Amino acid sequence: MPTYGRLKGISVSAQAITASPTRSEFLDGVRVSVPVFVASAPFAMLFGALAVDNGFSVFEAVLMSAMVFGGASQLVGIELFGHHAAGWLIVLSIFAVNFRHVLYSAAVGRYLAPWTKPQQGVAYFLLTDPQYALTETRALRHQPSFAWYMGLALPMYALWVVNTGIGAWFGTLIPDMTALGIDFLLPIYFLGLVMDFRQRPLWLPIVAISAVASVVAYRTVGSPWHVTIGGLAGVALAVIMPPRFSGVGVAEAKA
Amino acid sequence: MSSTVWIIIAAAVATYFTRIGGYLVLSRFDRIHPRVEAGLNAVPAAVLTTLVAPAVMQGGPAEWAAIIVAGVVALRGGLMSMFLAGAAVLVIARHFMT
Repeated sequence: MPTYGRLKGISVSAQAITASPTRSEFLDGVRVSVPVFVASAPFAMLFGALAVDNGFSVFEAVLMSAMVFGGASQLVGIELFGHHAAGWLIVLSIFAVNFRHVLYSAAVGRYLAPWTKPQQGVAYFLLTDPQYALTETRALRHQPSFAWYMGLALPMYALWVVNTGIGAWFGTLIPDMTALGIDFLLPIYFLGLVMDFRQRPLWLPIVAISAVASVVAYRTVGSPWHVTIGGLAGVALAVIMPPRFSGVGVAEAKA
Repeated sequence: MSSTVWIIIAAAVATYFTRIGGYLVLSRFDRIHPRVEAGLNAVPAAVLTTLVAPAVMQGGPAEWAAIIVAGVVALRGGLMSMFLAGAAVLVIARHFMT
């Protein structure tokens, strides 16, 4: 049976063979971050504009982006704030929208285990949707390093905060969102990330059941719970299927 | 401090808890059961799909054309090329269809 920190050995031997410098790992991460911050820039500006429109100061808008760093949850929070919802309800809603990250941190812990505790503490703070997905993609080939992870995360974080400030300053700077296709860019990008995992066992059944469950939940329970419900449906399928279909524990069974 | 700042701080703490919570729970065990590992391997496809499917269902012909083209390009090309192809189809289709 695999242990939680089993990648430690792989990491050490990989470093010994390639001796890859920290700087090039970092730049590798920066390169991968480009499409992400291009796609998310309009949302940061939109959040900034909406936040000011709903009664936040520019400072508060920037503070929220710097501390929460989660686009969808920030938009939900500001919407509720504009409706004068109770503070605890706003916090609970943000928690609900971000609840999917529990699954991310459970899955990504395998790759972060070799790092120091402070490095892990910072890394979990920066664990957004694209950060998680691209770390999993990286781990398909080799153990992600802290330098690579930060190269990916820091440009996204810095631009998220700066673009929030720009959006807040200029208010309704973005003219016609739908004509520019901005509102649908993130779903296209997330589809690309889903496609990256198509070699994994049970990929198609998992995608199918998660798609159906999320659409049904979206129409019945409503947003944001469709994310958690749809995600858990796909994960449940992988857990329920016999291990020979899900491609784990095969070596142990033979031995 | 204003009550808005307190709401932001509470939201930040709640969000950080979700980002480290799954790790804190799992790290209490030394070994991962194969079925748990299978479940963890399913997380990216399962969760990311939920960010795509409802948006596609809510869309119209322009969004469907964009998502189909992006999906086909993703079979051969990389993430960047599929993203640019999908975005281009979306902008053009919306321009002519609405």
